[in-house]
Amino acid sequence: MKRLWLALFAALFSALFSAMPAAAVLPDEMLADPVLEARAREISKELRCVVCQNQSIDDSDAPLARDLRIVVREQLTQGRTDAEAIDYVVQRYGNFVLLKPPVEPATWALWLGPFAILLGGGAALLVWSRRRAIRAEAPPLSEAERAEVAALSQDSP
Amino acid sequence: MKRFIFVVPVIAFMVLIGFFGVGLTKDPKALPSQLIDRPLPRFALPGIEAVAGGGPGFASAVLKGEPALLNVFASWCAACPQEHPVLTRISGEGFAVYGIAWKDKPQDARDWIARLGNPYKAIAADEAGRTAIDLGVTGVPETFIIDKSGRVRFKQVGPISPEIWEAIIKPLMTRLRAEA
Repeated sequence: MKRLWLALFAALFSALFSAMPAAAVLPDEMLADPVLEARAREISKELRCVVCQNQSIDDSDAPLARDLRIVVREQLTQGRTDAEAIDYVVQRYGNFVLLKPPVEPATWALWLGPFAILLGGGAALLVWSRRRAIRAEAPPLSEAERAEVAALSQDSP
Repeated sequence: MKRFIFVVPVIAFMVLIGFFGVGLTKDPKALPSQLIDRPLPRFALPGIEAVAGGGPGFASAVLKGEPALLNVFASWCAACPQEHPVLTRISGEGFAVYGIAWKDKPQDARDWIARLGNPYKAIAADEAGRTAIDLGVTGVPETFIIDKSGRVRFKQVGPISPEIWEAIIKPLMTRLRAEA
């Protein structure tokens, strides 16, 4: 029974793996150490390929992307941290290679802009709807009107 | 005032269109170089010709004392033949032009030079492409303008046309020559 479960689990696992999108990483680039290789893959996904600019170097088949993947792996095997490996590439190609732009004064508008617009728009909407509500408030009923309402709302058998 | 409210989205839309319109005129391939006003990264590369008639390659230290052009090219590059006559002209005008054959087999680079002529003072082979990464090269051709102190002052992405040479690079080279 236990063996059956194990077989099922293995089958499911391999199915999951084969369903993953194919990356551009070739076997000869990969590091022997699976932990380092996993880190390299994660870093590669964050770095933009400068040849085909809307792909990460993990996705791109461009020769330059391959070179950069190898550079990232070299940095990791030399004991650099993820941040240092990314920085190595950024120093050469600039912030442009970061698919996720860093939060710094030059990008504040980018990061905070949507929230500022949302807040500003929300406040404007609130003020506008308040004003409208006040204007829509009807003046109190007169004596005659009240009597009429009373007469109309009375059930006539 | 009430009318104005309805015009606001239209104006906002126009501004957005204008913004995108300007964006369309910009070349997304031309990345700003990280090297401007910084020293040229150090490298020492072999020549393209391990065999007879070949230059010995050069190191980054050569690019000092005199302003120079460092041109990254490849025999497989489509725009390079178009740029080649301009480089020939530049070296004919007495400016130092150095070449790096990027990701190119030395034999191919050599054949290419033999066919088109050699405008370079020296040619180095960067077969692995590592020096190109240090330079932040994104494609060929690219040209770096190096000043007397060995700092990068300008980067041209794509071929140098006669117009670009006359209007931008030549005046810059003349200015760099005059610098102390």
